[in-house]
Amino acid sequence: MNSSISAISAENALLRKTGSHSRWLSGALIIAFLVTLPVASVFYLALFPSENIWAHLAATVLPTYIWTTLTLMLGVGALSVLIGVSTAWLITMCEFPGRRFFEWALLLPFAVPAYVIAYVYTDLLEYAGPVQIALRSLFGWSSYQDYWFPDIRTIGGAILMLSLVLYPYVYMMARASFLEHSSNISAASRTLGCTPLQSFIRVSLPMARPAIAVGLSLVSMETINDFGTVDYFAVKSLSAGIYDTWLNMNNLGGAAQIASMMLIFVVLLISLERIGRAKQKQFDSADRYQSLVAYRLTGWHAWSATGVCLLTFIAGFAIPFAVLCSYAIDNFSSSWNEQFLSIAGNSFVLSLSAALIACLIGLVLAYSKRLSPSKGLQGVVRVANLGYALPGAVLAIGVMIPFAAFDNSLDAFFREHFDISTGLLLSGTVTAIIFAYVVRFLTVAHGSIESSLAKVTPNMDMASHSLGHNSLQTLLKVHLPLIRGGILTGTLVVFVDCMKELPATLILRPFNFDTLATYVYQFASDEMIEESALGALLIVLVGLVPVILLSRSITASRKV
Amino acid sequence: MVSFHGIKRLCIITFISIISAIPAYAAQEVNIYSARQAFLIKPMLDAFSQETGIKANVIFAKQGLIERIANEGRNTHADLFLTPDIGPLYDMVNKGLTQAVDSPILGGNIPTQFRDPNGHWFGLTTRSRIIYLAKDRVKQGDILRYEDLVDPKWKGKICTRSGKHSYNLSLIGSMIAIHGEAETEQWLRGVKANLARKPQGNDRAQVKAIKEGVCDIALGNSYYFGNMITNAEKPEQIEWAKSVNLLFPNQSDRGAHMNISGIALTKHAKNKGNAIKLMEFLSGPLAQYMYAQENFEFPVRPGTPKSSLIQQYMGNFKADELSLATIAANRSQASKLVDKVGFDN
Repeated sequence: MNSSISAISAENALLRKTGSHSRWLSGALIIAFLVTLPVASVFYLALFPSENIWAHLAATVLPTYIWTTLTLMLGVGALSVLIGVSTAWLITMCEFPGRRFFEWALLLPFAVPAYVIAYVYTDLLEYAGPVQIALRSLFGWSSYQDYWFPDIRTIGGAILMLSLVLYPYVYMMARASFLEHSSNISAASRTLGCTPLQSFIRVSLPMARPAIAVGLSLVSMETINDFGTVDYFAVKSLSAGIYDTWLNMNNLGGAAQIASMMLIFVVLLISLERIGRAKQKQFDSADRYQSLVAYRLTGWHAWSATGVCLLTFIAGFAIPFAVLCSYAIDNFSSSWNEQFLSIAGNSFVLSLSAALIACLIGLVLAYSKRLSPSKGLQGVVRVANLGYALPGAVLAIGVMIPFAAFDNSLDAFFREHFDISTGLLLSGTVTAIIFAYVVRFLTVAHGSIESSLAKVTPNMDMASHSLGHNSLQTLLKVHLPLIRGGILTGTLVVFVDCMKELPATLILRPFNFDTLATYVYQFASDEMIEESALGALLIVLVGLVPVILLSRSITASRKV
Repeated sequence: MVSFHGIKRLCIITFISIISAIPAYAAQEVNIYSARQAFLIKPMLDAFSQETGIKANVIFAKQGLIERIANEGRNTHADLFLTPDIGPLYDMVNKGLTQAVDSPILGGNIPTQFRDPNGHWFGLTTRSRIIYLAKDRVKQGDILRYEDLVDPKWKGKICTRSGKHSYNLSLIGSMIAIHGEAETEQWLRGVKANLARKPQGNDRAQVKAIKEGVCDIALGNSYYFGNMITNAEKPEQIEWAKSVNLLFPNQSDRGAHMNISGIALTKHAKNKGNAIKLMEFLSGPLAQYMYAQENFEFPVRPGTPKSSLIQQYMGNFKADELSLATIAANRSQASKLVDKVGFDN
C-alpha cells in the first residue's frame, strides 16, 4: 500500500508540472457549485425561517423523531447487512442447488420501490387480508379480540419492509468485493487450518468490510429519507417530521431546520463510507481470474443455503411481484391505454437523461479528484454528494429556489433592457426534474465510478502521460475502457432510482405531465393500490433490466 | 476530441432546445395547480372545456405547489389553485399569493361562511367531519357531540387518522374557536386517552377498523361513506360501510363541523378572465350537480339537487355555521396542541 501511495504522489508531481489538470479542476468546481445549490437553498431556508418553531419542536416532537430515526437506521442497517452479506458469501464461495439462479435473483428486490412493498404486505397481512382470514377459518377465531397477530404498521414492520428492498445494496457491494479478492487468500486460510466459518469471519469479512460499509451507508441514507413507508405505517421519523412541520404546521423554515439536522446524520454516514474506502486501496491483483467457489455444500448444509436464499427472494420479490401481477391483470383493461404508454415513455426518457448526466458529472468529479487530490476539492465533492440525503420533496424546494431566481432575474433583465418578458425558462420544465434527479442520485454514480477508478493503478496514468497523452486522452483511452463496469453499474442504478423517484417529480413537473411513479402515486396515496398496479409493475419490470445486466457485469468481472 | 467550439455549439443547442421546450400557450387556456387529485376534478374541467372551449391544464401535487407559486413569482403559469381543504387556501392568502375576485355570480352561489370575506378564496364543495359508530356495538344516542368523545366509557374504543392531518386540524381549530385553547387541550388529551390504536391510515381505514372490531367509534369525513357504500369494484368496502351508523354531531347546539374544498385566483394569473370563468362555472348549477353526484360531497350552492344517496343517509342535518376563516386562523395553534399532548405518538 505504501508503494501505491508514493506512486500517486509521484504521479501528482508529474501532473503538476504539465499543469494540464487546471481545466479539470475548474470544471469540477463549477459542477460542484451547481449541484450544491439546492442543498445550499435548504440551509438558507433553515437559517431564515419566517417563524422560528425550533423551541416548540425541541420541547415536543423532536426527541421522538430522532429516536425513531436512529432505531429505524440501526434496524434496517443490521438486517440488511445480515441478509446481504450472508447471501453474498454463500453465492460467491459455496456451491449449492439454485446458486446460479439466486446469483441474479437476489438483486431483484432492488427494483421494487419501498412504498410499493409496504402497500402490498399491508394488504396481505392486515386483518382483512388473506393471511389472517385463513388463520381465522383454520382456528375458528371470529374477531380481532380472539387472537394476537403482529401488526405490520409499526416500526418493526417498517424495518422489515425497508430491509427487504434495500439489502441488495449490501449484497451487491459485498459480492463484488468477495469476487475481487484473490481466491488464494481464502485458500491459504484454509490450508492454515481455518474452518469455512473461521475463514469467513477472519479473512473474507474483514477484507470486504470497506465494501460493506459503502453498501450500508447507501442503505442508511435511503432509510433516512424514506417517506412513503414511514408515512403509511405512521412511524414518526425525522423525514415524517419534516413533512409535518412543513405542511401541517405551515413552517417551511422549521422543516428545513430538521432537514439540515438530518444532513448531520448523513455527513457522519458519508464519513463512515470514506473511512471504509480509505482502507480499500488495493489494486488489481493478477490472480483473480480463477473460479472462487471454495465449498461444495452437500445434504443438509446445501439445502439450508438454498432455503436462506429462497426465503429472501420470495419475501423481497416473488410475493410483491405476484400480488402486483394479479392486481394488474384484474385492472388491465382500465389501466392500459395510450396515455399509459406516453407516461411510461416520460419515465424512460427522464430517467435515462438523468442517469447519463449523473454519470458524466460523476466521472468528471472523480477524475478531477484523481488528478489533484487536494483536501479542498475533496470537501467540495463531498458537499456535492449531499443531495442524496435530502428527502425528495425538500430537495424539490431546494431546486425550485435557484431555478426560479434565475428565471425571474433573467426576465427582469430582459424586461428592463429590451421590454420583452422571457417568463419561466427553466422552472416547471423537465430540465428542473432532470436536474433534481442528478442532484439526488449523483452520489450513487460518483461512488460507483470513483471506486472503479481507485482500482486502476497510477502506473497506468504515468505510462500514458509519458507516452505523450494529456489527461483527457488518458481518460478516454486508458481509464474509460478499464472502468467501463463501474460506469455501467452507476448509470443503471441511477436509472432505476430515477424511475422510482416520486416526491420531487410531483412538485417540479410541467402541466399535464406524469411519470410512472406519479401515476402510481395518485392512486396509491389514496390506498387504491390495485388501480395503479400496472404502473407499479412496469416500474419493477423496467428496474429488472438493469438489475440483470448489473448482475452479469459483476459476474463477468471475474472472467478473463 | 471535444473542442472548445464543440462545447460552445453544444451550449447553444441546449439553450435552443430548452427555449423550444416551452409550450406555446394558446390564448384560450387556464392553468391550475391542484392539491386535489386530478381524477376527482377532471369531469368538471372537461365539462367546462366543452362549454367554453377553454382548455384547462392541471398539475397535481399534494404538497409543494404553494412554494412553487411563491418562487415562480410574477412569471408563474398558475392561474388558479385548487385544494381539498381550507388550510392551504388560507396559507396562500397569508403569503400574499392570491388576489381578490369580485364576482356577483360567486357571491350568489356560495354562502358567506364558505368564502373569504375579502374575496381571496372560495369554497366549492363542503363536507362534514362526522362520527362513525359501530352499528352493533354503540347504541344510538349514547354519543351525540364531539365533546362526548372524551367520556371514559369509550376507553380503547376510538380510531382516527393523524391528529396532524388537515381535516383534524380544522376540527380542532373549530373546538378552539368555541371552547378556547386550554379546554381544547383537555379535550384532545381525553380523546387521546380513549384511542384504540396509534392514529394511522386515512378516514376510510378507520371505518374498516370498526368493521374489523379494532374500535367502535371513528372520526371521518362524510363523503368517504358514499365512496364506500357504492364501491362495486371492491365489495368489501360496501361491507365496511354497512357496519356503521353515521352521526352528525352537535345537532342540539352548534351543528356538525364543516370544511370545504376550494379555489383561489393567484396574484399573477395570466389568464385572469378565463380563470374567473372557471371559478364561476365550478360554483354554478351544472358543476355543483356533478360534484354532488360523483364525489358524494355536499354542493356548496344552495338549492343544488342532492344525490339520492346523500338524501338517504345524510338528508337533513344541522351544519355548524362558524366561519371557515376563523377556523383556518386557529389551525397553527391546533397543530401545536397536537404536538403538545403527543396525540400521534
